Amino acid sequence: MSARTAPPRPEHSDAHVTLYRLQACPFCERVVRKLDELDIDYHSRFVEPMHSDRDAVKRIVGARTVPAIIDDETGVAMAESANIVEYLDATYGGDD
Amino acid sequence: MELDFEVVDLPETDHVEEGDEAPDFTRPLVNDEYWEDVALSDLLNDGPVLLVFTPMDGAFPTTYIWNELRERGVEEYGVQIAGVSISSPYEHKTTIEERDIQDFAGLFSDPQNGVAEQYGISHDLDGMAGVSEPRPAVFLVAADGTVEYAWVAEEWPNFPDYDAVEDALVGL
Repeated sequence: MSARTAPPRPEHSDAHVTLYRLQACPFCERVVRKLDELDIDYHSRFVEPMHSDRDAVKRIVGARTVPAIIDDETGVAMAESANIVEYLDATYGGDD
Repeated sequence: MELDFEVVDLPETDHVEEGDEAPDFTRPLVNDEYWEDVALSDLLNDGPVLLVFTPMDGAFPTTYIWNELRERGVEEYGVQIAGVSISSPYEHKTTIEERDIQDFAGLFSDPQNGVAEQYGISHDLDGMAGVSEPRPAVFLVAADGTVEYAWVAEEWPNFPDYDAVEDALVGL
């Protein structure tokens, strides 16, 4: 199975959230912290620092930026850490 | 190539053999676009796996092994081809591109060499303090986890018997 034919959610993953991330990217770590805080099981896919090497992300959210998530419980695919954090809070945060 | 001296022998090792159950492991599996944690058993859910252990990326045996497997089109036997070395995911991405092996399942990154230890094929590198890596080895693992074919280097360097590997692929 090459990357181009891989489904957004790996068959072997039980997690319904897939997080596309870059090692040591603070915006990505911000999303990880929120996922942990909300106790959401997620599966990490790491991409390269070079934007031009991030076609896997582009196919999903239309841009080559990370972090990006796919939530296949809701069908949502989105980029931008602030948006993602807001989405996660709204969807899984319960009432505050 | 005939050499007028003896190639260095590697010591005897108690490695995984034909008929054994392939030890399961989870490591980052790198493809041409990203890497993610994958277990050998995850791959086996999709079918048999040819597990190819190589020296670190950039070493000439690694280059030769991937070139040969690519030229032979071994993935066309319907087996997932997965490499294992101690190189980082970043190096693996470069190797996949340079060796043109995007059709293979990917390369597992195992910098601490634990998978080679599980398979009994760890090789301490002379002259590189603190570094061990797998000795070259090939295991054909059936979907039920049984090792159908095993080859482990006995000399340094030593290359797989590619015809025997292909025979095993045909026989699966």
